[in-house]
Amino acid sequence: MTYFQNAKTIVKSLFSRPSTLMYPAKPAKKMALSRGHVIIDPAKCITCRSCQRKCPAQAIVVDVKEKTWEIDRFRCIICASCVEVCPTKCLAMDPQYPESTTARGGIYKVTVAGPKKKEPAPDAAAKPAEMKE
Amino acid sequence: MGKQITVPFGPQHPVLPEPIHLDLVLEDETVVDAIPSIGYVHRGLEKLVEKREYPEYIYVAERICGICSYIHSNTYAECIEQIMHIEIPERAQYLRTIWSEYSRLHSHLLWLGLFADGMGFESVFMNAWRLREHILDDMEATTGGRVIQGVCKVGGVRKDIAPEKLDEMLKGLKNLEHELHDLTDVFLNDASVIHRLKGAGVLKTEDAYYLGAVGPTARGSGVPIDIRQTGYAAYGKINFKPVVESSGDSYARCAVRAKELYTSIDIIEQCIKKIPEGPVDVKVTGAPDGEFFARAEQPRGEVVHYIKGNGKKNLVRHRVRTPTFTNIPPLVTLLKGCQLADVPIVVLSIDPCIGCAER
Repeated sequence: MTYFQNAKTIVKSLFSRPSTLMYPAKPAKKMALSRGHVIIDPAKCITCRSCQRKCPAQAIVVDVKEKTWEIDRFRCIICASCVEVCPTKCLAMDPQYPESTTARGGIYKVTVAGPKKKEPAPDAAAKPAEMKE
Repeated sequence: MGKQITVPFGPQHPVLPEPIHLDLVLEDETVVDAIPSIGYVHRGLEKLVEKREYPEYIYVAERICGICSYIHSNTYAECIEQIMHIEIPERAQYLRTIWSEYSRLHSHLLWLGLFADGMGFESVFMNAWRLREHILDDMEATTGGRVIQGVCKVGGVRKDIAPEKLDEMLKGLKNLEHELHDLTDVFLNDASVIHRLKGAGVLKTEDAYYLGAVGPTARGSGVPIDIRQTGYAAYGKINFKPVVESSGDSYARCAVRAKELYTSIDIIEQCIKKIPEGPVDVKVTGAPDGEFFARAEQPRGEVVHYIKGNGKKNLVRHRVRTPTFTNIPPLVTLLKGCQLADVPIVVLSIDPCIGCAER
């Protein structure tokens, strides 16, 4: 009997809630492990550049002299290898997907604390990063 | 016997989700020849292997395909592990098998939806993709990515699944199996579906063998090749039989994929029952020196990854032979003799993935 085979599914669908989420009235699904976007805690970054070296998309640029950490959100493939490699755990993965931006709005740049050194000489800041290699 | 005319088909076509171009030589409404051409979405991913270090390249390898992404990363990792003689922990092997089968489930459901949509069977399309959402949710909850999992790495896997989550997945699969029965029974027993698919695009067993068909395309024609039986990852410890149909038409290929859904669920259930405790990765030092071919069964068929390294962090050569690429010669044979109106269905019945065929 090939008739009314879909009837079970139809009846079930009639009396159940819709499978789709009524976004944006209802927030999108989020899992604890979801890879949304990379976030940084600037106070903990020591500009060691491990994240820059490990990034397969070359989205991260760390300037040791200027003490800045920069990510191009459009280049980033959200693989979380920077998060895994970060020695001070200043990088983390936020489960929320990044908001949509305009063409060049994907670049996110922050000034970071830099390496923890006693002497305040700014040109010496580059040294510990290279020694870490 | 009419005059021969050539009708271009694709790369943009309402039914076809993939950019393949076919020049169809027609006599009246019958296709007498098909000349395929690809090259619309080439990205040069294999060349990139010279620019990225081998542990990071796995994320690039995973992006070869957007649907069978996980299995690409799995095969690439296996290649490197074989060259470097790395023994990965047993738990990692089982986890790899579980995720491979999950990605097969999601790929087959996606294909079933698109195939039904190609025939105008919209309710099956909606229902297939509704069920696929449960698979994607489980994938995201365990790996962190819905489609690009990024969970495989050289020397194991990056994430472990907690035992409670495994139990939850097992329960979810049980429910899914019931719903899948409703879905596939409707699709495979529907009179109009049978009328449309039976006898459309027949690939004979010997043609399938000699033209090098792989995966469900070959199994639908009665060639029992399934690379999972070679026992990579944890498949060697799992009891399963490849699904083989003998008639070789579009309906047989469709039935193979529909029945493989249950094989996948069965494999995952066996894995969850057998999975041992232990670590999920080993530390990898050094760089690969040597070459290796690794084969794996993707949802669309056999994939071959070839890797050559020279002891440096950057590999020398990476070559992928994807299942769709080998399925194009059988596709040309399939198209000969079919009606123009059947062409979209026949092309879809090999489950083409041109993004992966061109890389």
